[in-house]
Amino acid sequence: MQADDVVLRAESITKVFAGTVALRGVDFNVYRGKVNALIGENGAGKSTLMKILAGVEQATSGRLLLDGAEARLANTRDAAQHGIGIIYQELNLFPNLSVAENIFVARELTTRGVINEQAQQRRAAEILARFDQPIDPRALVGDLRVGQRQLVEIARALAQNVRILIMDEPTSALSAAEVAALFRVIRELKAQGVAIIYISHKLDELLEIGDHVTVLRDGELVATAPAADINVNWIVEKMIGRDAQTFFHHDEHTRGAVLLEVTHLTLPNPRGEALLKDISFTLRAGEILGIYGLMGAGRTELFECLMALRTAYAGEITLHGKPVSGDNVADRIAQGLMLVPEDRQQQGLVQSLSVARNITLANLPKITWRFFLSQPDEAREAQRLIGELGIRTANSQQPITSLSGGNQQKVVVAKALLTEPQVLLLDEPTRGIDVGAKAEMFEIMRRLAARGIGVIFSSSELLEALALADRILVLSKGKITGEFERAAATEASLVAAAGAAHNEQGNGRS
Amino acid sequence: MAEVDSSRRNLREYLFRLRALIALALLVVVFASLSPAFLTTGNLLILAKHVAINAILATGMTYVILTGGIDLSVGSVVGLAAMIAGGLIHQGLALRPFGVVVYFNVGMVVLLTLLAGVIIGAMNGWLITRFRVAPFIATLGMMYVARGMALLRSNGATFPNLTGDAELGNTGFQTLGSGAFIGVPVPIWLMLLFGAAGVFIANKTPFGRRVFALGGNERAAELSGIRINRVKLAVYMISGFCAAMTGLIIASQLLAAHPATGEAFELNAIAAVVLGGTSLSGGRGGIGGTLIGAFVIGVLSDGLVLLGVSEFWQIVIKGIVIILAVVVDQLQQRLQR
Repeated sequence: MQADDVVLRAESITKVFAGTVALRGVDFNVYRGKVNALIGENGAGKSTLMKILAGVEQATSGRLLLDGAEARLANTRDAAQHGIGIIYQELNLFPNLSVAENIFVARELTTRGVINEQAQQRRAAEILARFDQPIDPRALVGDLRVGQRQLVEIARALAQNVRILIMDEPTSALSAAEVAALFRVIRELKAQGVAIIYISHKLDELLEIGDHVTVLRDGELVATAPAADINVNWIVEKMIGRDAQTFFHHDEHTRGAVLLEVTHLTLPNPRGEALLKDISFTLRAGEILGIYGLMGAGRTELFECLMALRTAYAGEITLHGKPVSGDNVADRIAQGLMLVPEDRQQQGLVQSLSVARNITLANLPKITWRFFLSQPDEAREAQRLIGELGIRTANSQQPITSLSGGNQQKVVVAKALLTEPQVLLLDEPTRGIDVGAKAEMFEIMRRLAARGIGVIFSSSELLEALALADRILVLSKGKITGEFERAAATEASLVAAAGAAHNEQGNGRS
Repeated sequence: MAEVDSSRRNLREYLFRLRALIALALLVVVFASLSPAFLTTGNLLILAKHVAINAILATGMTYVILTGGIDLSVGSVVGLAAMIAGGLIHQGLALRPFGVVVYFNVGMVVLLTLLAGVIIGAMNGWLITRFRVAPFIATLGMMYVARGMALLRSNGATFPNLTGDAELGNTGFQTLGSGAFIGVPVPIWLMLLFGAAGVFIANKTPFGRRVFALGGNERAAELSGIRINRVKLAVYMISGFCAAMTGLIIASQLLAAHPATGEAFELNAIAAVVLGGTSLSGGRGGIGGTLIGAFVIGVLSDGLVLLGVSEFWQIVIKGIVIILAVVVDQLQQRLQR
């Protein structure tokens, strides 16, 4: 590799936040016209490094070399002037504005001080055409699907003619067809000499699109290698610092009687299209059932029907052979169903309450004596679950926000367990938590199943589904397109089933 | 080193949390040193009686605001409650189909009036939960409706002489506003009762916990099996109950019911809640702070009157104090982050 291929070089970057070292002497090369993949557990320092490269944060020590000359990026504006663009994981779009307006926000195309709507729309259409996805520049962003919004976010960065583009988990909300479109655009950009810094948790994806893979762990660079020379196991091993097999081990356990049975579940959306179509499956006691599917396949909607968050469904849900009743979440919890929602910040936690109060929230009667809450009971129950799930917190009275993502997720699980569920539903239980915490979450789910609880979890990560589930259902566009016993499931068969409905409708491209 | 830092940080946070109490203490010290009349028993009792009215109203308002809502109708409910009680004592309840007029004893009048307040609160809650009307709008509408009903009750006139009639068996209404128990006026006892019950329910009962959870994150509360509509309905009913109680006290103090009673009281109640450190976005705060907030407002106006500050300047100062309180609240939130 010749030195002049490096467009941006970070040299021995150290970043210290009040007391903690986020990055420790990290070197990172960004190659021109290549996809530079960056991977590591949450907290490994990759987002800090990314923010330093984008001018959001400044390094405590170390330097950045742009085309061999030292550059100071005091803020994002400096970075933008050097042609560095960034696409954040959380979408930063205005739902009340049109696609074109979003793409040109703060950089409006004007004619004599007045916004030139037509020019903006024309230019936006040109950029969007590269994705080959039908997105109208005049549509309101609020009316778009999540995947389309992500493309708009990417289009916004492209509109700036960047030469270094940082992408933080750009595919987390995309369908297979949209991922394919994005990858095509990335390859185009590469051909134009744009350097891409690509961050993702999806390992197979990294290997597909990445040219160079850099692994961070605990703020240090542990390995860097050309993507062609490595495989998924290599990455996992470097990320967690031990053999990947311990992470993906699987033990058979006995499955009991049928607990939950769903028959012909169909859920229409307000426009009359089916969000779920004729879903039927069973769950046995002690079984871990994985639901694999892409974003928008209907996984969340299925859970919402089970929990009565949506009640407009047709079909039958029975628990222990009896139809579930009630049209309120509380009713379903009382019957033994409980959901650990996908988005713990928005749906799982009450940020203003302590760890203990979050844990007891779903079963206050358990800590109520006559009409009053019992502080000792609350502390005891919280402490029991903190111990059982290995939640790392100084004590149960800590603010919930002081915990790491993985430990916050365990608090949500603890809250669910306090309701003594017979069927535990976990929607993307490992989203946004690091590999170490993931392994712990897997262990917890296996333990619960061994206790006889029926566990259903959804995942959009192949390896996760394969590593954990006894049986895997594949959803695609609201339909079950595959059902696999663990022994029979392969990555290829799952991927094929997940895209099945897309291909059927003739707009799949993968 | 780190320990020193964190303990200093804790102290700073602690002082921040006690800011309303510190502000109250400072105000008392300042007024006591500027005016010899301030720290007399007589003045303090009058002050506390004034505060009681706002404090009881603000207790109910705190529950509503803790859920992230707002209740603009309370001032009008105060007026309507005064008119309902006044009407029942003054002219009784005419049952036209039977051609009779029923006079209730005072206990019954109080109960019926409180019930009316609860019903108005339930209507607010129903609009908000059933039709998803924003609390600001639902209670704004109810503010007009209740005020109009208060005016309709007497065609705008005042019900005077609410002493009742021994022959009708409805005497004793004045006890509520002007009576005293162990030398302390009844409204002050009621404030202590409402305040204590308010603090207790908020902190020690499952219902209170649900209120905090709902205000902190409504979606998470719902997914935890909390029946959020019931909780919301309940807080507006509590608010209506507190407003009706306030209306009763005022009518009893004046021994007259005027339909304009309680105008703009909702703003004083909201000010007390905010001064007491309860976040308008819900989830953080409490009744204890609200009581202190009500006293800050009360001490401020009482002290300024004693010092002979013009009434118009008093209004300006009150506004500045409220803005300051919110600014400090924002600072605290940034500190915690």
